[in-house]
Amino acid sequence: MILHTVNKSPLTSSCLNNCLRAIGDNDGLLLIEDGVYGADKHQGLKLKPLPSGITVYALKADVEARGLMGRLSEDVRVIDDQEFVDLVVSHNASQSWY
Amino acid sequence: MTDKKQSILAVLTKPPYGGTTAKEALDAVLTAAAFEVPVSVLFMDDAVFQLLPEQKTEGIEVKCLATTLPVLPMYDVEHIYVDRKALVDRGIDAEQLILSVQPVETDTLRSLFQNHSRILSF
Repeated sequence: MILHTVNKSPLTSSCLNNCLRAIGDNDGLLLIEDGVYGADKHQGLKLKPLPSGITVYALKADVEARGLMGRLSEDVRVIDDQEFVDLVVSHNASQSWY
Repeated sequence: MTDKKQSILAVLTKPPYGGTTAKEALDAVLTAAAFEVPVSVLFMDDAVFQLLPEQKTEGIEVKCLATTLPVLPMYDVEHIYVDRKALVDRGIDAEQLILSVQPVETDTLRSLFQNHSRILSF
């Protein structure tokens, strides 16, 4: 169970694509900083096809700063900093794509 | 060399807050305007995200760009363009931005680069 984090916009960097190639069943995907643009439903995370069990999170402070609250895909869970810590603890490894 | 009147085109491609370039661009444009150098601004690529409303930056403890960008017209910075394709790619409505901007097609966008004596990129 790996927690993957991505901190770059999917439109101008390959971080998210690389992550989606590596992410496995039951891993988690956390979008932070500019990575939260990947959660924008308009230009789409293009998550399909994602292995089962993948949960997509986005960090609240970064989402709010970028005015994305009303633009997120439904299947993205917005979490705060404390939940971020809990996520890291509940996964046995983490992998940052940056 | 025809004597092209001094004018600056600031070309922005970066989203807000991921780095400091968005803020640096704004500072440079306001400085040029303060010295009464004609300056135009072009938002391209992820920089169009700087124009989204509802930016609340308390959580990341940085100054909110969306409060500063709208002052550009008050500094006589009136020529503000946005690449229409960048808006379409991101599903952003040109009417709901924090600033009134002029969406441009490719040929107009290209002419902007020809018609300014200096280009600053951010």
